[in-house]
Amino acid sequence: MSEPDYAIQTAGLTRSFGALVAVDHLTLDLPARRISGFLGPNGSGKSTTIRMLCGLVRPSAGSASVLGMDVRRHANEIRQRIGYMTQRFSLYEDLTVRENLDFLGEIRSLSRRRLRERIEELLETYALRPMADQRAGTLSGGQKQRLALAGAVLHRPDLLILDEPTSAVDPQSRREFWESLFDLCDQGTTVLVSTHFMDEAERCHELAILDRGMLAAFGAPERLMAGIDAATLVVWSDQQRRAAAILAASAEVKSVAQIGSALRVLVRRDLEAPCELLREVLSRAGLSARVEAVRPSLEDVFVAATGSLRSAARPREMP
Amino acid sequence: MNSPRRILAVTHKELRQLRRDRLSFGMIVGIPVVQLLVFGYAINTNVRDLRAGVVDQAGTTASRNVIAAIAATQVARPLARASSPAELEEMLRTGAIDAGIVIPADYSRRVARREFPAVQILVDGTDTAVAGALQALARMPPPIDAPLLPQQDQVAAASDGAVGSDPAAGFLSILVLFNMEKRSAVSVVPALIGVILTMTMVLFTSIAIVRERERGTLELLITTPVRSVELMLGKIIPYVLIGATQLSIVLFLGSHLFAVPVRGSLVDLYLAGLAFITANLALGLLFSTIARTQFQSVQLAFFIFLPSILLSGFMFPFSGMPGIVQKLAEILPLTHFNRLSRGILVRGATLYELRHEVAPLGIFFIVVLALALARFRKRLD
Repeated sequence: MSEPDYAIQTAGLTRSFGALVAVDHLTLDLPARRISGFLGPNGSGKSTTIRMLCGLVRPSAGSASVLGMDVRRHANEIRQRIGYMTQRFSLYEDLTVRENLDFLGEIRSLSRRRLRERIEELLETYALRPMADQRAGTLSGGQKQRLALAGAVLHRPDLLILDEPTSAVDPQSRREFWESLFDLCDQGTTVLVSTHFMDEAERCHELAILDRGMLAAFGAPERLMAGIDAATLVVWSDQQRRAAAILAASAEVKSVAQIGSALRVLVRRDLEAPCELLREVLSRAGLSARVEAVRPSLEDVFVAATGSLRSAARPREMP
Repeated sequence: MNSPRRILAVTHKELRQLRRDRLSFGMIVGIPVVQLLVFGYAINTNVRDLRAGVVDQAGTTASRNVIAAIAATQVARPLARASSPAELEEMLRTGAIDAGIVIPADYSRRVARREFPAVQILVDGTDTAVAGALQALARMPPPIDAPLLPQQDQVAAASDGAVGSDPAAGFLSILVLFNMEKRSAVSVVPALIGVILTMTMVLFTSIAIVRERERGTLELLITTPVRSVELMLGKIIPYVLIGATQLSIVLFLGSHLFAVPVRGSLVDLYLAGLAFITANLALGLLFSTIARTQFQSVQLAFFIFLPSILLSGFMFPFSGMPGIVQKLAEILPLTHFNRLSRGILVRGATLYELRHEVAPLGIFFIVVLALALARFRKRLD
């Protein structure tokens, strides 16, 4: 209770690489003991922000504090108290599961006995016991990911930072992985996860949508969906590709994306009768269409917030 | 505070990985064996300006003229004086000179009476190219100024010594020390220790760190409390052991296959090897902070490997190089280690006598390691 309410606080945090501004004046407060997410496309600044928080990359301007410590001055102290899971599997493929965990424990100076107990505990928790003496390189995607998570929480960090942790695993493994994250959160660990999967973002308590290095939206996913600055419509017509092109050219339409046989269309929120308007636009072009208003999804929030036209649907996995 | 436990954790991990990397493991043994067999033959070239020491016991105009005549051949350049042949031998042993010229007190009498040889040249046979070049001096005729001496007629006869009673005895006699049979292996094998270590040590260390960067494991390592120095020391230790192993392999094969002598102390040789290995490891670490990929590591290793082979005196005698190239070569660790290993193995010199070759290795190690540490920051940017 005496711990700070915010695990991570940034103010005007900026990082540029030459002319490219990877993170642009990011100001954020992420609550402690919750799961926060960074959602954004590749190049939106998620990884660079995470790397600044871990002390891997120095900020060009602005400030950031992690667990109440300044990232510039206390990088080493921060490193003792965070667990970091990289985007790529970054344990040693030519060492066994047990040897990898053993190495991390030695590096982190855990006492021998505690380390032995902890490794047994982790092998159990993350179902790694059957492959404890197998080389990490021979594990499946899901097993590697569980090993990486075990390695990241070996020293019981207060803050666990995960950079696109589930990009290389199947849906079943991803679901189990999230169960583990909620367990950790339940035990008091703060979790920060970056992702470009909508379903994953939706599971976070707090979500920051990043776009080209800037904060596009921030809040709980439900609140973001309720407060979306657009109306979401679904359109069925007999010539969907043509309909998509016509709608995309219309001034009231913010974005059009084909999802299966339907078109998902975001329009300005202040329109009075958006369904009628779209039907009219299409009928002027000689197309008859069925239009329905639907509840906005997180992807709609993302599209509306980032303002980018999305022509192809992302794979969506429903929980 | 550096933690020995963290350093050892890195070392232990490195050894485990190495044991499982069949190719690298094979190279540790394969490189010395193959290279030793391939390079077991000498490369002879022209030699000029060998450093010569002189003992002039005659001290006459005639004896000075002989020295000038030898200098005029450009094979040897007299630059040091000694009082006795024993002192010359000592200078040869410590590597201060490549050859010694002894002019006996009765030089003029010997010339007058055609009691050849009148002059003796001591040669360090460690480097066969050097010894070979000095052999050519044996065909040198007595200086033209000899007729100025009282026994004019006899000296004139000496000038066409071919018609003399003993045509085999030349005006000069050559005495090859340390490698009397002038076997090239005796000069090549000690130098090969250094060549092999240069190649493997620089390459292995620079790859060891770059590989972590390439595979992404470095990103995780630097978010742990392990310090840069700990990481570097932990990575160096296994390769010191490997270097010592390679030294032993070359030494063993060299003495059994090529009958290379071990005249000095083995402890001295391993100590010299240790200084040389650490200098190369430091260089490997420095390269690892520059290279982004393993391929770049290999390129950088060759950047140092080729000059080392060409300039260190392994392939071409050091004496033949222009001054500026010699200065450059003095920077290379291999140049000094070649002198150390040849000195200790073939001439039986002690490490203390060769300390002037150890110091540059130490300086190289400190400077390069400092550069590597300054460049290696625990950050990705």
